[in-house]
Amino acid sequence: MRISEKDVLYVAGLANLDLQAGETTQLAADLDAILGYVAKLDQLDTSGVEPMSQVLYDAPETLAWRDDRERGGFPQEKSLGNAPERGAGHFKVAKVIER
Amino acid sequence: MSLDVSRWTIADVREALGSRRATAREICEATLARIAEENPKNNSFLTLTEDRALEQAAAVDRQAAEGMPLPPLAGAPIAVKDVIHAEGVRTTCASKILGNFIAPYSATAVERLETAGAVVVGKTSCDEFAMGSSNENSAFGPVRNPHDLERVPGGSSGGSAAAVAAGMCVAALGSDTGGSIRQPASFCGVVGVLPTYGRVSRYGLVAYASSLDHIGPLGRTVKDTAAVLSVIAGRDPLDSTSAAVAVPDYTADLDQPVTGFKVGVPREYFAEGLAPDVRAQIESGLTTLRGLGCELVDITLPNTEYATACYYIIATAEASSNLARYDGVRYGRRSPDAASLSEMYRKTRDLGFGTEVKRRIMLGTYVLSAGYYDAYYRKAQKVRALVARDFARAFDTVDAIATPTTPTPAFRLGEKAADPLAMYLSDIYTITGNLAGIPGISVPCGTVQGQPGEGSSEGKRLPVGLQLLTRHFDEARMFRLAHQFELAHQKD
Repeated sequence: MRISEKDVLYVAGLANLDLQAGETTQLAADLDAILGYVAKLDQLDTSGVEPMSQVLYDAPETLAWRDDRERGGFPQEKSLGNAPERGAGHFKVAKVIER
Repeated sequence: MSLDVSRWTIADVREALGSRRATAREICEATLARIAEENPKNNSFLTLTEDRALEQAAAVDRQAAEGMPLPPLAGAPIAVKDVIHAEGVRTTCASKILGNFIAPYSATAVERLETAGAVVVGKTSCDEFAMGSSNENSAFGPVRNPHDLERVPGGSSGGSAAAVAAGMCVAALGSDTGGSIRQPASFCGVVGVLPTYGRVSRYGLVAYASSLDHIGPLGRTVKDTAAVLSVIAGRDPLDSTSAAVAVPDYTADLDQPVTGFKVGVPREYFAEGLAPDVRAQIESGLTTLRGLGCELVDITLPNTEYATACYYIIATAEASSNLARYDGVRYGRRSPDAASLSEMYRKTRDLGFGTEVKRRIMLGTYVLSAGYYDAYYRKAQKVRALVARDFARAFDTVDAIATPTTPTPAFRLGEKAADPLAMYLSDIYTITGNLAGIPGISVPCGTVQGQPGEGSSEGKRLPVGLQLLTRHFDEARMFRLAHQFELAHQKD
């Protein structure tokens, strides 16, 4: 096994997922099978190959940045339109400071 | 008798409007009636936009009455995959987590469609957040294949493909990250197009894997998909990855001959795993291409067998990042029983995401986590470069590449649902196009006999798709070859 249930819980924490008990076991098995499959990439010698981080051409990651000019956004009402909870022109959430 | 528009093309719509045989309103009403009849069978649509459609149709009729020239898609009923925003309409991504999210703006592709006179009739189902190959990962129930209701329509754009196949719209928009337009098009016997990366703006497309996501059209003819792409393609300042490359009229040269085109046939796509009856159909398709005067060339794309592994690292890594935004703060459903903010994030995400989405977020988070980034993500990016290089080398000698779109015809509902890896491998021939960023099209290429299922006396005929791939931004040649193939293969 490449992946234990402990690993799954650790990754779930990073991904902000609160898994149910059955899900942890199933995910450990699924991820183990998938990682076993993708391990075939290790058969390939990729020394000297540059990682492909642009799709159409070799270019730095900053190539497509737009000019740093102000551009209109959505008005407040529209931005808040889908909020599960709102108040005083803001998104409302539960207590942020936990300790 | 009421109007039957279920097999109409964009040209038929134009002709009807031009000759005053039908109004855009009548075409729209006939389409909505067809949807009302078919949707209970195949579950293609998640949301209908009747009022918006009738308004848009009325605008087209006003233009026609005033004798104004009609825009290219005037009155054509079009469906939109429910990961693409239409302002004022709910976007669900076929997920529970978005709740009753109402899109505050329209995707550039939708805006361009409507400016061109198209009538958006509704939002189609898909796998949750476009993650899947069967449309079974929808929080609103699976879509069924119109050719055999016991089978999947493919995915993730299964609703769009089924809607086109069942005559519920003339064309549809889908999105394709690893085959999500071409694979369902193949399963449903329609045409599906993956445009070059950056060809169509993704502003307003809900992001899954940003370096692999494309918006593209599905239709009943190659010409219709070419007409839709001509409208939606082009640079958009709102999407920095959209390419500043001129957009030709893709319908202009469709009737030109394809004699002398060199078409590569990669041996890796005809190896183990390709169903013998699908292979026979594709080989008959290759014979048709030869009959058109194309020269078939045996080529090799040696890194093909690594593509699926490469894809599932890159796509899930990008997905884990893109889907971090669904936290219950700004939109969507929020878990009501959480005492703190971080508990609210975790409970909301556990409640809202389906199994496959969680699996991909987990895999993506794992491959990006400390200590594993180089071994997985960076390695996969290097392998991606090798896959792209395979295609670049092939295109030094050939103009196009022909392959099966999928190794099998549409499979049964539930057949692969318990085995994620088997499901991932159904995209084996389409994933490479996304990794390389090149354009591809799936065109119907005959049918095969499906096996009868439990309780049914006979199996149905199931469509097969031929995939044609070309160089970056060479969609014009791809459409021309596909159109000529479509005409010739119908005769064969």
